[in-house]
Amino acid sequence: MRARLLYPVGLPFLLLVVWALATTSSTNRFFPGPAAILDAFGETWIGPAFVDDVLPSLSRLAIGIVAAIAVGVAAGTLIGLVRWLRELSEPLLEFFRAVPPPVLIPIAMLLLGITDTMKVVVIVSGAVWPILLNTVDGVRATDSVQSETAAAFRLTRWERLRFLVLPAASPRIMTGVRQGLSVALILMVISEMFASSAGLGYRIAYFQRNYLVAEMWSGILLLGLVGVLLAAVFGLVERRVLRWYHGIKEVNRG
Amino acid sequence: MGELLRVEHLRKVYEPATEAIGDLSFTMRAGELLCVVGPSGCGKTTLLKCLAGLLRPTGGVVEMHGAPVTGPSPAMAVVFQEYGRSLYPWLTVRGNVELPLRHKRLSRVERARLVADAVEAVGLAHVARSHPWQLSGGMQQRVAIARALAYEPDVLIMDEPFAAVDAQTRADLEDLVRDLHATRGISIVFVTHDVDEAVYLGERVLVLSGAPTRVRADLPVDLPPERDQRSTRALPRFTELRTQVYEQIQRAKRGQNVAP
Repeated sequence: MRARLLYPVGLPFLLLVVWALATTSSTNRFFPGPAAILDAFGETWIGPAFVDDVLPSLSRLAIGIVAAIAVGVAAGTLIGLVRWLRELSEPLLEFFRAVPPPVLIPIAMLLLGITDTMKVVVIVSGAVWPILLNTVDGVRATDSVQSETAAAFRLTRWERLRFLVLPAASPRIMTGVRQGLSVALILMVISEMFASSAGLGYRIAYFQRNYLVAEMWSGILLLGLVGVLLAAVFGLVERRVLRWYHGIKEVNRG
Repeated sequence: MGELLRVEHLRKVYEPATEAIGDLSFTMRAGELLCVVGPSGCGKTTLLKCLAGLLRPTGGVVEMHGAPVTGPSPAMAVVFQEYGRSLYPWLTVRGNVELPLRHKRLSRVERARLVADAVEAVGLAHVARSHPWQLSGGMQQRVAIARALAYEPDVLIMDEPFAAVDAQTRADLEDLVRDLHATRGISIVFVTHDVDEAVYLGERVLVLSGAPTRVRADLPVDLPPERDQRSTRALPRFTELRTQVYEQIQRAKRGQNVAP
């Protein structure tokens, strides 16, 4: 009981103390102490910057994630179900997945200009692949007896999709979404660093260029917090969507 | 009662050259409980899938009410052996039973009534909101039976449904099938490898030969319709019938394919 509360809080706290001690004796201005960063955090992000930089970044991130899930699941389901489509597209998908998404930014800039759409497109173009490929695998692995049951009871195409194919693939889809989320966060930052006049990534690059070191660190801290928040929201949704899946695992273990 | 199911010169060859079913013919009356037994690997499951329209025969016909079966029919419901893989774990017991009814043109009230009635009939009303994986194996197979009942088929096709449950549960499930047959008058094709089970349940036992499969024997079971696990199995006639079926299967295993 004590360990449950102490352990997760303990190590970060210890690191903070070590950091604080190390920085008080150091004169290196690139490594400010935690107190300085915390001050900078309050001054920098709580205020107009929250509306000008943080909110636009987060809304682009949210739109990008939702679009990546929609496109990935829809295309993945179609490819997983249609054999010739799968054989046709497999080499191409492998290629697109292998291309590091940030190199798409210059192309997206040329095609779409420096716009919100460009940034969302970049996020989607990176985050969609793990979701799509996992969905394809999940859809293909539908159990043969479950499919035969659907055939024997003459379920309609729509019912098969809604009550068999998608739920059966949902554990794999969620694995893909989890991977897609971290890619999306990375691309949100990078898309703003290239050419932009607002956003979290832009702010951090700006602080760095102008030697506002504590402010720069506070931006990194904020990004980390966004990542943690994203993971927490995902965990909540996952536990709800995959309740049956975790339930079966628990039954098999017990 | 009229003829329900007619199988004529049924033949199924799996490519390249595995002849699962050789030449199979039999008929079944409406309201009958027909047990199909045979040595393992004799194509029982293949036969069942051909009956249910899940497999297309290589030759011959399966007719239901005089019309050829070309695909899964709303007049048939299947209970598979692997209950764990046939039920959908993301749906509740009620959800599983209700799913095949969604595309039937039923009112909401009527649908709810069918589901409640079927769940009640298999004795699972108290766990209707649970998920299948929260139940024991025997209870899961009851869910599969309820799903088939709610579908209101003319014939219920059961593929070794109790092969994977323990002996006590199996006896209970056998009595459930007898009871459903008696009270609801449902026609049932019950495929099993268990001779005792076939004789205890059936009104007629069809013994199959080894592959390529033919009908080896077609035995009426002249036991009283009121059966129970203790007294029926103690009847001399039960022992006689069991011996007959058993000998036929032994001969089938040795490959003596004599025409019946």
